[in-house]
Amino acid sequence: MKKTFQMEDLDCASCAAKMEDAIKKIDGVTSATVNFMTQKLTLEADDSRFGEIAKEAAKICRKVEPDCTVRF
Amino acid sequence: MLNQMTRRQKKVFWRIIVAAVLFAAGELVPLAGFWKLIFYLPAYVVIGGDVLKKAARNILRGQVFDENFLMSIATLGAFATAFYDQVSGAASMVGYGEAVAVMLFYQVGELFQSYAVGKSRASISSLMDIRPDYANMRKDGELVQVSPEEVRVGDLIVVKPGEKIPLDGTVISGSSMVDTAALTGESVPRELVQGANAISGCINLSGLLEIEVSKPFGESTVAKILDLVENASGKKARTENFITRFARYYTPAVVIAALLLAVVPPLFLGGWANWIHRALIFLVVSCPCALVISVPLSFFGGIGGASKRGILVKGSNYLEALSKTEIVVFDKTGTLTKGTFEVTKVVPAQGITDEQLLRIAALAESYSDHPISLSLRRAWGGTVADAQVSDAQEIAGHGVHAQVDGKPVLAGNARLMQAENIHFTQLQGAGTVVYVAQQGQFIGAVLISDTVKPEAKTAIASLRKAGIRKTVMLTGDAAATGEAVAAELGLDEVHAQLLPGDKVAEVEDLLSQKTEQGQLAFVGDGINDAPVLSRADIGIAMGGLGSDAAIEAADIVLMDDDLAALPLAIRIAQKTLNIVRQNIVFALAIKLGVLVLSALGAASMWAAVFADVGVSVLAILNASRALNTKGL
Repeated sequence: MKKTFQMEDLDCASCAAKMEDAIKKIDGVTSATVNFMTQKLTLEADDSRFGEIAKEAAKICRKVEPDCTVRF
Repeated sequence: MLNQMTRRQKKVFWRIIVAAVLFAAGELVPLAGFWKLIFYLPAYVVIGGDVLKKAARNILRGQVFDENFLMSIATLGAFATAFYDQVSGAASMVGYGEAVAVMLFYQVGELFQSYAVGKSRASISSLMDIRPDYANMRKDGELVQVSPEEVRVGDLIVVKPGEKIPLDGTVISGSSMVDTAALTGESVPRELVQGANAISGCINLSGLLEIEVSKPFGESTVAKILDLVENASGKKARTENFITRFARYYTPAVVIAALLLAVVPPLFLGGWANWIHRALIFLVVSCPCALVISVPLSFFGGIGGASKRGILVKGSNYLEALSKTEIVVFDKTGTLTKGTFEVTKVVPAQGITDEQLLRIAALAESYSDHPISLSLRRAWGGTVADAQVSDAQEIAGHGVHAQVDGKPVLAGNARLMQAENIHFTQLQGAGTVVYVAQQGQFIGAVLISDTVKPEAKTAIASLRKAGIRKTVMLTGDAAATGEAVAAELGLDEVHAQLLPGDKVAEVEDLLSQKTEQGQLAFVGDGINDAPVLSRADIGIAMGGLGSDAAIEAADIVLMDDDLAALPLAIRIAQKTLNIVRQNIVFALAIKLGVLVLSALGAASMWAAVFADVGVSVLAILNASRALNTKGL
C-alpha cells in the first residue's frame, strides 16, 4: 500500500533527508520519501501493518524535528 | 502577515516580541554589573529556551553538530566570556546583552526563513492549482458530487461552465470552449465537440459537457502532471548533491577550526576570553542552511515556473542539464513541420489559371483519400459533385486517370507524364509534385509539401541566442526535402534518409562531438522516437497534452505543440542555474569573509548572525525569483 501524508512545519531541508533515511529503515517499509518542498511524506509499506508503520514514521519525524507534525 | 503563519511561527513571533522588550529594557535601564541580568536572563530564557532544550535533547541522541547546539554554545559562551570579563575586572569587551541579541536575531532570522519558505511553497503550489476538487457524476439519473478518485472508467460525468474537467474522457454530448492555460500555458481556448477527447485539468468555459470517463483519476492527465512535478525535486541535480556533500564536511570543519582558534593562539598569546569569543563567532557561521534550503528551492521554483508555461520538467537534474545544452537535435516531421501536407506552390501552364488547375487536379483525385488528394481538395476549397467526375482509375505508382467535365484528365508524378508521352515542364521543389494533363495537354503542376511551423524559424534563432552551438535535423525524408527545410529555418546540419534505427546512431555520433560539460537535447513528438529520446542527454517531447506516450518517454515535455516553448525552457533553466550559482557564491563569500574577519578579531557576533540567518533569508528570497518566468 502506498499513501501520501501532508506534513506541517517541516522547516529544515536536511531534517527531511534525515527523516527519509530513518523511515526507510523501519521494518516493513518498501519505500519512503519526505519531500521538503511539498511537505509530503510518501510511504509504501506492508498492507497488514500499515497503520502501525505510519505512526512509527510520524514519531520519527517528531524526533528529528520536534515541531513537525504529520497529518493523518 | 501574522494570520498567514502556522501555529509554531506565531508562538515564535510572540516570544520575539517579549524578548525584544526585555532586551530593550536591559539596554535602557541604568543598572550596573550583575544587576543587568535581571532583564537579560529572562529575555534569554524566553527567546533561547527552546533552542537550548532542542540542543540538549539532540546531544542525548548523538546529533552533535546541529544548529541548535551551535547557537546554544555560542550564546552561552558569550554569557560566560562576559561574566569572566566582569569577574576579572577587564574592560568589558562584550556585554551580556550580546548573547541575548544574538539569540534574538537568530530567531528573527529563523522566523523569516520559515515564513519565506512557506511563501515560496504556497506560490509554487498555487501555480500547480490544477487538481480538481470534485466531479459531478451521473448516478441513477441523478447528479451527485463525488471526489474524482471515486469515479470509475465508463461513468458519466457532467462539467458545468467554470468548472475543471476532473478526469480524462470522451465528450458524449454538448460542446464548449475549454481553457488549457493551466496545462499548456497557451491562452487560446480549445474547442471541444461531441466525440472529442476531454483532458482533465482544463477549465470548461462556456457550454455544458457530458463526458464518459476513460481513465481512473490516478491515470488521468492532471494526476500524472501533478505527480511528475511534485516528484521532480526527488531527482536531484548535481549541484544539489554537491551542496549536500559540502554541508556534511563544512560544519565539522568550521567547528574544528573554532576549537583550534579557541585553544591554540591563547596558549602562546594569552587572552583566553578574547579568543574564545572569536571561536564562538565561528560556531554561529558554521551552519550551511542558506545553501541547503535555497538550492533545492531554486530548482523547485524553476520547475514550478516552467510547468506554469506548459513545460513539464521531470527532475532538477534535467533542468540543470538543459541549462548546459550545446546541441539540439530535432526530428523533422511533427516537430519542425506541422506533419500535414499542404499545397505550397501552383504552377499552371500558359492560358490556365491557378484556380482552374487546382479544380481539375482536385476533381481528378477526388476518389482517393490519400493525404495528397485531401490537401488538393482543401486548397481548391470547392465541393465535388458526382456529375463532374467519372471513370476515375488509379494507375499504381503513377497517379490517376479520370474524366473531369467529360474530358480525360491525368494527374500524377513525372513518370506518368513520361509514360503517356506528354510534354511537361519539370517543377523543382521539396515535396511531392502532381503534374496534370487534360486531353493529352500539360496544364500545370502543383507542389505539395509538409509545411514548416510558423514559429520554427524564430525559435531556432532564439535557441542560438540562448547559446546553443549547433542545431541538427534528422529526417527519414529525401535529402532535397530535408535540406530545403533546414535552409529555410537556418539549421546547421541535416541528416536525411534515415531509418528509425539510424537516428539513434546519428545521435550517438553527435554526442561524441559535444564538450565535456555540454549536453545534447533531442526534440521529437515522443511517439516514434522513444529510443532516441532516452539515448540523448535530455529527451524533449512536444505536444504532450493528451499523449501518454510522450509524457512517459521524455525527460521534459512541452505540453503544447508550440516550438517557442523550447527556447523558453532553456532560458528558464539558465535563469534557475544562475540563481543557484549566485546563492552559492554569495553565501560562501559572506561566510568565508566573516570567518576570516572574526579570526582576525574584526567581526562581531552580529556579523556572524547576519552571515548565518541573514544570508539564508536573502538566498531564499533570491531563490523565489526562479518561479517568475515572465519576460523570459
